[in-house]
Amino acid sequence: MSRKPLEGIRVIDLCVVWAGPFATMLLADLGAEVIKPENPHVWQPMTRGAMARPPQAYLMLAPAWGGGYPNNVPGERPWNYCPTFVSLYRNKKSFTVDLRTPEGKDVLRRLVAISDVVYENNATGTLEKLGITYDWLREANERIIFVRVPAYGSSGPYAEARALGIHLEAVMGHTLLRGYEDADPSSNTAIYSGDYLAGAQGAFAVMAALWHREKTGEGQLIEIAQAENAAAMFTQAIMEYTMNGRLLTPIGNRDIFGRYPCNVYPAKSPGTAETCDDRWVAISVENDEQWQGLVEAMGNPEWARDPRFATNEGRAAHAAEIDARIAEFTRERDDYELMHLLQAHGVPAAPVLEASRMFDDPHLRARNFFRTQTVEGAGTHEYVGPLWQFPETPVEFYQPPVTLGEHNEYVYKQLLGFSDEEYARFEALGHIARDFDPSIP
Amino acid sequence: MVQALDDVVVLDLTQHIAGPYATKLLADFGADVIKIEPPWGDPARRLGPFLGDDPHPEKSGTFFYLNCNKRSVVLDLRTEAGREALASIAARAHLVVESFKPGTIEKLGIGWDFFQRVNPRAPMVSVSNFGQTGPYRDYLASELVIYGFAGEMYSMGETDREPVKMFGTAALFESGSAIAAACMGALWAAKRFGIAQRVDVSLAETHFGGVDRRHATAIAYQYSKRKTLRAASRSSGMPGGIYPCADGYVDFTNASIRYDRVLEMLGYPEWATDPKYTDPATRLNPQIVEEWNVHFLEWCLQRTKREIWEEARRAKVLCGPLFTMEDLVNDDHFRGRGFWTTVEHPVMGKVTIPGRPFIMPKGGWQLRRPAPLLGQHTEEVLRECNLPEAIIAEVVTAAQKGGVP
Repeated sequence: MSRKPLEGIRVIDLCVVWAGPFATMLLADLGAEVIKPENPHVWQPMTRGAMARPPQAYLMLAPAWGGGYPNNVPGERPWNYCPTFVSLYRNKKSFTVDLRTPEGKDVLRRLVAISDVVYENNATGTLEKLGITYDWLREANERIIFVRVPAYGSSGPYAEARALGIHLEAVMGHTLLRGYEDADPSSNTAIYSGDYLAGAQGAFAVMAALWHREKTGEGQLIEIAQAENAAAMFTQAIMEYTMNGRLLTPIGNRDIFGRYPCNVYPAKSPGTAETCDDRWVAISVENDEQWQGLVEAMGNPEWARDPRFATNEGRAAHAAEIDARIAEFTRERDDYELMHLLQAHGVPAAPVLEASRMFDDPHLRARNFFRTQTVEGAGTHEYVGPLWQFPETPVEFYQPPVTLGEHNEYVYKQLLGFSDEEYARFEALGHIARDFDPSIP
Repeated sequence: MVQALDDVVVLDLTQHIAGPYATKLLADFGADVIKIEPPWGDPARRLGPFLGDDPHPEKSGTFFYLNCNKRSVVLDLRTEAGREALASIAARAHLVVESFKPGTIEKLGIGWDFFQRVNPRAPMVSVSNFGQTGPYRDYLASELVIYGFAGEMYSMGETDREPVKMFGTAALFESGSAIAAACMGALWAAKRFGIAQRVDVSLAETHFGGVDRRHATAIAYQYSKRKTLRAASRSSGMPGGIYPCADGYVDFTNASIRYDRVLEMLGYPEWATDPKYTDPATRLNPQIVEEWNVHFLEWCLQRTKREIWEEARRAKVLCGPLFTMEDLVNDDHFRGRGFWTTVEHPVMGKVTIPGRPFIMPKGGWQLRRPAPLLGQHTEEVLRECNLPEAIIAEVVTAAQKGGVP
């Protein structure tokens, strides 16, 4: 394996759900050793799935990204197969320990002593109940960098509020800002853009704090209030209010900077939305030159040569009419053909891609974007690749999505120096497992 | 005050939104980010909202937010003097970040070879729509095109309508966040191992691999051949999705996973404690869910969004009121935490923007200067680089001539 920017940096992943695990995955991709302590007696909801042993009926009720288990069965060890989990746990290690016991907590303390970073995004109060605080960590390791990602911060009236990404995005204004312009906000779909932003920035924060520590020797406690972090995405709406006192409302797929046309248009579809076989093409024209390119691509139809449409003001005034005309042009054409045709005329355009189709995309294939990984009990599949390409320190998927307790021997014996006898004792005490306790549903 | 990255000089050749958001994060934590602008300015200067709706290049809110803490140097890179000035800045930089269309910097004679020659220690992060290689290398994109193609937009909206994207340019901010992480990775590889490499960031790939559902919709298909249906967040579950209330809306997505807490929130009314709502055998029956929701809707409509959220917080129920920007900016929680920041700008006056992206007590976020005026620091920076006065004069003259792209 080649050099990695963060090799030799050890990160303890006390994360749940999405925002935290995304941050530690990016650190792992850059070479950090990320270790996840897991309690085989306690289920963390929505991390290794909604349930440890989901009934078959549940899988089909959940959206595909939550319930799309291998071959649509829970399988022998369902906690290793949830699509959202496996997407976030490549390049990481897992060991099991019951942190509610004094000897289990001491295992964590010993691991903290030889680590650089502890990262967590649990509901407020969860770690405190276990006695895991910044002071406790610092006692074990003065130089530790501790990152916490509370939804609304550790102070203020909302400190205790429970939230997933979708709830804090509602509070930060996103749900009232996005969606169709002619429908109420309940026509929106639950999304998690705040998890993305805070996750990637958590990786940035760790690397900045390590940079600081390199110079000063100081560790520290970083607080990413996920709601505050998300605000950047809504900058234009925030500043429209703070500068001009105006409240923005949803504009569907139109351009926030008022350039026309900009929308998604129907393309030739092999089926309907009910089977996810409807197809759409996104087209966005940002200047008059691109408009002329679009007109040419459509074969210079008479309606498009209307001089009123030559300027953005004219196109804005007749946006609905232009959209309807463009839709007539796109409706019977293939979405990929439309992309190539329009791009050849200098017009930004691409299919609105249903996820399964990315595996057939020639561009992603040419860039070797996908990585094949094998998860024990789930089989061999192609997974999406890394977020960036580093030529000299390449992001390699050397460890497939980690199964529960896969690195028990490594962590206990190799890292913490347990003897075979001690290891056996911890096994007998119920710390060491590859399965969740049978009592957990 | 000391900042984490105050020993880092960044030569910033990015424009628009994604790249500048990444370099803004570097600048916010102390890096000296030298923003190179063409004589006509970063195109983000022409993006709204504008103060007082005046489309002036020094009054763009979008540009302002993305470029605080940076210095602006105007160079006409088509001229020899411009490239010489660029080389003198690059020689002092620890990192170069650029977002030109692939092939552009090579055509200008300032490609990777150029930077390697003037500063072999500095890595470069190149940001583009689809990456520096592959059949779509030269394809154009916008936020809609990137997110539609690579993000999970397909499954957003109503089944019988078109897919609908996120707000504004949110997807480009997500990419910017991923680019900031790439910048730090490149800096660390250079610092620890002396590896100066050209990192290739495709905006599309930052979404194909991103955590907001797309990473999982892809593997879900590989595992189960199931696809992700486009469906709205209407009320479903007990409770789940978005509900109207007395003065707006509240989001209870996934709240039903703790029905015990939901009962606590509602105060254990008789209707809600009916065994058909608690029995796992009947709880998932759509008719029973619908019946439950009639009661719950009534409860919501009698209360304001803030009253409902207060009850939900007390009972630890997943919930978020749908705030407007007026609700948000004036909210006591965020004000009390000192989240908003007001900055004085020579043209715009006092401007209020979102403050720190996260709290890092040692070496953390600071607002040191407002967004720069176009070319405000050209002479200052070039003198720091010890460029001969004659060349500085030539650069400034070329910049003042302005010109068009």
